[in-house]
Amino acid sequence: MDAVLTAFGLVFQPYVLVVIVLSALYGLFVGAIPGLTATMATALLVPVTFFMPPVPAIAAIVTATAMAIFAGDIPSALLRMPGTPASAAYTDEAYLLTRKGQAEIALGSGLVFSVLGGIFGVLVLIVAAPALAEVALKFSSFEYFWLVMLGFTCAIFIAGSDPLKGVVSLLLGLLISCVGLDNPAGAPRYTFGNAELAGGISLIPLMIGMFAVGEVLRFAISDDKPAMAVERPFGNVFRGMWALVKKYPLQLLRGSALGTLVGALPGAGADIAAWMSYGMSKKFSKEPEKFGTGHVEGIVESGAANNSALGGAWIPALVFGIPGDSITAIAIGVLYLKNMNPGPMLFVENPQNIYAVFIVFMLAQILMLPLGWLAIKVAKQILRIPAAVLMPLILLFCVVGSFAINNSMFGVIVMLVGGIVAFFMERWGFPIAPTILAVVLGTMLEEHFFSSLVKADGNLLAFFERPIAGTLGVLTLLIWGLPLLRRRARTAAPT
Amino acid sequence: MRRSDRWVGIALAGLGAVVLWTGRGFPNVPGQRLGAGFLPMLTGAGLVLCALALIARSQRAGAYPADAEPAAPRREHYGSALVIVATVIAYVLLADRVGFLFVAPACLIAVFLALRVRLVPALLWAIGGTIVVHVAFYKLLRVPLPWGLLRPFY
Repeated sequence: MDAVLTAFGLVFQPYVLVVIVLSALYGLFVGAIPGLTATMATALLVPVTFFMPPVPAIAAIVTATAMAIFAGDIPSALLRMPGTPASAAYTDEAYLLTRKGQAEIALGSGLVFSVLGGIFGVLVLIVAAPALAEVALKFSSFEYFWLVMLGFTCAIFIAGSDPLKGVVSLLLGLLISCVGLDNPAGAPRYTFGNAELAGGISLIPLMIGMFAVGEVLRFAISDDKPAMAVERPFGNVFRGMWALVKKYPLQLLRGSALGTLVGALPGAGADIAAWMSYGMSKKFSKEPEKFGTGHVEGIVESGAANNSALGGAWIPALVFGIPGDSITAIAIGVLYLKNMNPGPMLFVENPQNIYAVFIVFMLAQILMLPLGWLAIKVAKQILRIPAAVLMPLILLFCVVGSFAINNSMFGVIVMLVGGIVAFFMERWGFPIAPTILAVVLGTMLEEHFFSSLVKADGNLLAFFERPIAGTLGVLTLLIWGLPLLRRRARTAAPT
Repeated sequence: MRRSDRWVGIALAGLGAVVLWTGRGFPNVPGQRLGAGFLPMLTGAGLVLCALALIARSQRAGAYPADAEPAAPRREHYGSALVIVATVIAYVLLADRVGFLFVAPACLIAVFLALRVRLVPALLWAIGGTIVVHVAFYKLLRVPLPWGLLRPFY
């Protein structure tokens, strides 16, 4: 109980509250601009949080991402361009609703169900994370090895549409994680005699490059000019929302639950959650024929799903140090920088910090109602800001931010190379999330594999001997085998 | 996607082979049969296998749905992207010697113009942006942005 009170004390300080409000406004702004994603918002925020104490640093990231995922709905409804990839699943639906003269419903349902879904995700996080941490205290290197493997597997087979390219992305990430001295033998790998490379590729500049610079490069070669769907001032966006909650309670619950679950799976985040929920909503709807014509049901379900995924993604991140999505992959980097190394011990040693994260999460959801309303009010002004003006400023921010992490130009080089690599990966259809996951977890995988091997005296069967490790191992292998089984079933089936 | 897959596959196979080859040279953990070379060799082997699968798939027409080829953007500005890359390289090379306050606005103007922002707004945004970033990072966050030529004055 003391820890909870301490946590409230940590959060309800003028400094932290100001950070929360500022990062909320920042998140809303970045999320509302098409081409700037929630992950990019997080990556750009890291250099600033670098100079803050742990609680406000995490608070900034949590608040900014929650707001950005909601704000992505705004240009979806007004420009038919998702502000973040997480809104892409129902962009057409929201835009058509706006074209039918119901912009208030499109924007209002985005806001209200984002908040409700977000609260659901946070509640699950609050209940599940400490309970899982209790179990995780008993985990050995065998369980961690399989957890990492399961994370990789989910990122490839559940989140991606092309497993082969997903595996390539993952391997590239593992290769990046090989660089440096941080390996079981302590030998320099791929350092080419360079002292900076001996320390490994630093994660934050790499992520700033892959998520922000890559996006700037993509913007540079495109030539899209969106058109605003409405010019009239908006009415009350909250009107009719209570009726929607009463009409679609099951959809809300299903979207939130699926979103939290998908979020908690490593490598799959809010965007996948929204796509899956939208599909599910259509499948189980009483009026599936209305989907794709400006029907609010799908927005209710997938709008709740993408925000609930955020809370879900923090469960494996806090308990095991395994990111649930790209955003928590960055957040884990920040946790390490702040000496809040994720893992079950964090719940034992630093419970007040964990509770503070929970409180911030809840606060962010509640704050989303008034600030989101404000964002919708000024949306048309925000959307008039030409992206061509923002992108160079973002680039400068990336350069200075990457430099600031270690006060070294090497960070800027890592950032640039990361940006170019991400640009081409995206272009050639290789997903970026598995690469990031592998960079974050590569060292952990190697470490746990070797300590397990030493414990087992080289006996690979030992990896399956402990009950939880065995279950995780079999599960991982089953998912790997799934595409083969499916193919066999398809060829065996009579045509 | 098909054509790019083939070329990317060939490049990846080359990369995988190099990684596999170099992985053999890393030392083992004392008393173990495996060591620092294990993960690189595994990664290299995986890359080679995936690359071969990718090349094989690109040979089969049926592996790609008819609409898999992304619609070409109406007009592409590779020049702009190249300017951006060149600008960052120029920043890395020059910032220490010339100083942030000179290099940053010059880089910004180059990128603004590459993105077809008109000259006057570009100038104003470049100067404003540089000042904001300088104040935020140098003054507030105490990041040692290089002074370069201005060092004698500070």
